[in-house]
Amino acid sequence: MTASTHAAHLAQLNVATLLHPFDDPRIAPFVEMLDPVNSAADGAPGFVWRLVEEGAADATGLRPAGEDVIVNLSVWESQEALWDFAYRSGHLEVMRRRREWFERHVEAHLVLWWIPAGHLPTVGEALDRLSDLRAHGPSPRAFTFASAYTAAEAAQHLQAVPSAQPGNAGRSRRPEPACEPACEPACEPVEKRADEQSDEPADGPVGEPATA
Amino acid sequence: MIAVLQDPVRRRLYEYVAAQGREVGRNEAAEAAGVARTLAAHHLDRLTEAGLLESGSRRLTGRSGPGAGRPAKVYTRARVERSVSLPARDYRTAAELLAEAAEQAGLDAGLCAAARRRGESLRGAAAPCGDLEEAMELLAARGYEPHLEEGDGDGEGEGEREGSGQQGGRDAVVRMRNCPFHAVAERFPPLVCGMNLALLEGLLGVDGPVRARMDARPGECCVVVESKNNGH
Repeated sequence: MTASTHAAHLAQLNVATLLHPFDDPRIAPFVEMLDPVNSAADGAPGFVWRLVEEGAADATGLRPAGEDVIVNLSVWESQEALWDFAYRSGHLEVMRRRREWFERHVEAHLVLWWIPAGHLPTVGEALDRLSDLRAHGPSPRAFTFASAYTAAEAAQHLQAVPSAQPGNAGRSRRPEPACEPACEPACEPVEKRADEQSDEPADGPVGEPATA
Repeated sequence: MIAVLQDPVRRRLYEYVAAQGREVGRNEAAEAAGVARTLAAHHLDRLTEAGLLESGSRRLTGRSGPGAGRPAKVYTRARVERSVSLPARDYRTAAELLAEAAEQAGLDAGLCAAARRRGESLRGAAAPCGDLEEAMELLAARGYEPHLEEGDGDGEGEGEREGSGQQGGRDAVVRMRNCPFHAVAERFPPLVCGMNLALLEGLLGVDGPVRARMDARPGECCVVVESKNNGH
């Protein structure tokens, strides 16, 4: 099953570890920016979807990667659209002040991957992509802005090898020469991922785009 | 490459096109440079061949007569960067490596403090910037290519993203077409754009009547400069 190039959307996940509890006054400036920035995302060119907790305006109450880790999962029509929102909109001001609210991540905390248009990524799927990136470095399955792959490259990659995605067959065969054969990120407990540390440097324009 | 700009007419044409921040036709460029259209066309094409300008064709609307409907040739500044250094220096690689290390170490606050001090020392003993016109001069001298954006009333809510929530109609602001730190800003936007804001805060002064603040949008510098009595 390959996503055709013209019908691919870009999914992004980022995780951010709060320095203080969410209702702490020191986090308040961030919380105040959530609604306006999320509204800006919803109206941004190329925006497709973002994860929202049922009955809430955003996903900050969901903590699938750890008690103090907020996640941000969204889908965009193109990498350029996501870039322009993340770094060329009011969202940049949130990013600029990230050190006031979030821990510095030693390992990757932003991951991008291509999905077929119309597919809505699950949190589990997203965390698997982040694990993949952390374990194996950037690949067409999981990459960053600085190490981006096109949708065509990703489709070619999926065509060439059975997908490593959970739910698809052929999970054990690793496509990338750079991959370590021993690791199977889909089997790691979710809780562990947000806290594990690695020597792998954060890649590219990193930060905690904590809203979208 | 740079020798192409030695010709004064060519240089005027280049500077004019670069300053507009949009597509410029041959007639307009010729008029601005004070030369005949054919001469302007020749020089504009030489600048395009040299890679300093990019050309395209555009069907200009509202034309009539025998030429109506024929696409006109238009020019914009090439997006690619040119730099000359004799003897060879490579500050860009140094900047990228330093930024990468600062990003990984989370040195945003230290970098911004250094940038603010640098801005202040560039200002020297001068009083904080007094108005938008003076700000334009300061910014132009540092290569930001400032332009005044008149207030529009409809607003689009851009200024409200900071959560101030008190913004009414929008007053004139100074925007900047050029980011002097473009290459590193693209790789580490929060870090380098934050540095840029701090530098400009130091340069303009924070105690005066104008203020620099983040208001990023595609294709321009991330900062705008506005009067403090803008109503927020």
